Amino acid sequence: MTATDAGGTDPAGALAALLVAERRRVLATVIRLTGDLALAEDAVQDAAISALETWRRLGVPPNPRAWLTLAAKRRVIDLLRREGARPNKEREAIILAVQRAPDETPPGIVRDDQLRLIFTCCHPALAQEAQVALSLHVLCGLSVAEVARALLVSEATMAKRLTRARRKIADAGIRYRVPDAGELPGRLGAVATTVFLLFTEGYASRSADAPALVSARPESSVPPGSQAPPGSAALPPPTAPSGPPGASVAEEAIRLGRLLVELMPGEPVLEGLLATMLLQHSRLRARFDGDGDIVLLADQDRSLWDRSRVAEGIELAASAIRGSSIRPERFAVTAAIAACHALAADAATTDWDAIIAWYDVLLALDPSPVVRLNRAAALAESGDPAAALAVVDRIGGLDDYFWFHATRAELLRRLGRHPEAGAAALVARELTGSAAQLRLLDRRHPS
Amino acid sequence: MPSYVALTYTRDVDWTAPEQAAEMQEYRDFGRDAEAVIRGGAALYPTQTATTVRVTGGKGGDVVIGDGPYAETKEALTGFYLLECDSLDEAIRHAAAIPAAWNGVVEVRPTVPTLM
Repeated sequence: MTATDAGGTDPAGALAALLVAERRRVLATVIRLTGDLALAEDAVQDAAISALETWRRLGVPPNPRAWLTLAAKRRVIDLLRREGARPNKEREAIILAVQRAPDETPPGIVRDDQLRLIFTCCHPALAQEAQVALSLHVLCGLSVAEVARALLVSEATMAKRLTRARRKIADAGIRYRVPDAGELPGRLGAVATTVFLLFTEGYASRSADAPALVSARPESSVPPGSQAPPGSAALPPPTAPSGPPGASVAEEAIRLGRLLVELMPGEPVLEGLLATMLLQHSRLRARFDGDGDIVLLADQDRSLWDRSRVAEGIELAASAIRGSSIRPERFAVTAAIAACHALAADAATTDWDAIIAWYDVLLALDPSPVVRLNRAAALAESGDPAAALAVVDRIGGLDDYFWFHATRAELLRRLGRHPEAGAAALVARELTGSAAQLRLLDRRHPS
Repeated sequence: MPSYVALTYTRDVDWTAPEQAAEMQEYRDFGRDAEAVIRGGAALYPTQTATTVRVTGGKGGDVVIGDGPYAETKEALTGFYLLECDSLDEAIRHAAAIPAAWNGVVEVRPTVPTLM
């Protein structure tokens, strides 16, 4: 075989595409065989490096995924024989499992492998921030440096966080398994919460809420499919060729949400999660103007909303609500609220009564101050800012929350109580996390 | 087979007092239900019975004996179980059936396997 056999396929490009599409699947299979996340990660990483070397010499093989899986399995055996820490019996058992595994994994097991991996990364015994970091690194394939940038911590901190999480998985005996029927509802909720946190982290790091942000830019300024400059590294990064690090985190969360719905169809919590993310994300291009300033929902140019995501989100939201029992899933309700907004042609014709009713359902499930604040905002939009202000003034526990004071300032302004509005805006100013939030206050409450 | 300890943290109680009889029965029920995985454990006398032992100045130094726990806390270590479970999930399932889980909190910790 010679390099020309590859039919002109570029090995680096083929590997990058393979890693984007199949890395998680290969990794999930190797983890099942070894029961060891760290070992499997090392083996897949090494296999990717040797893939590039070999494919450059011999051309891209006809079935790159099978090639990579086999290379990773061989690498596991090498790594195991080299490391001394493991008891002999355990080492031999893993080697046997790897050797005996069929070359092609049956589809049902592929599905379970991926679910096992997701449930392991989102195990509630791991700290929430560790779950988010693991999900980005292991499930989405971002490098440690990329995860660190996306979550606004130093690379050293992130490396430590990931190591601690892997150690806990290994030492505490968090098994690589799909929860059984009894555990499933709680564990699904934990997975959904983590994926949604990932989604909001993506929002925070990219857009309005990042601290000390010099220029908050809408996603539209990021050319789709932009990558690291060609030839900048010998090995293509094992990540999706999407926007700059951090910018794609919300997209990664949506991708995970989609995978979950695909793996466990008809689960209202997962449909609601994906719908909520799609509907919120559909407004991304309208959330900031050309100068990077925040545009509030009521003022957004709805023609900028991503219609295909709106349509998909509404359909999923409806399915999540239909599939819900008497006590609906939290994410089904947040999806319903987002769908009400998405269905309206503009702010004025929004069905605020329906939105307030959904907020009442949400409050029954989650009586948190932030939900109360959002319900009050809907009440104000429905034409009753005085009632809304009365509600807001009774909410406790949000003294350090920017949007609490910004909302109060806005309600007071609408009621013509300008000195008080100015005072509330002043408090909000102290709490703002971004230049865009500051400019929003400047526009609404010029001093 | 990995092992775990389940440490029970609850209000400080005297398990030998007659008014604890009903709660002790709950623990006995748990002990019976989880018999297959319990490898040991004990209820502890209240924290006032605790003694701290410290050797100052390194090994071989002076033995300093102290009375009681370090500080008054709302939840005290009142007992423990040694559980032999296949996974953390299984240990969690059993821990959730220990009365301390609703009367306080149960801390599940994996034990380091003895290297023999």
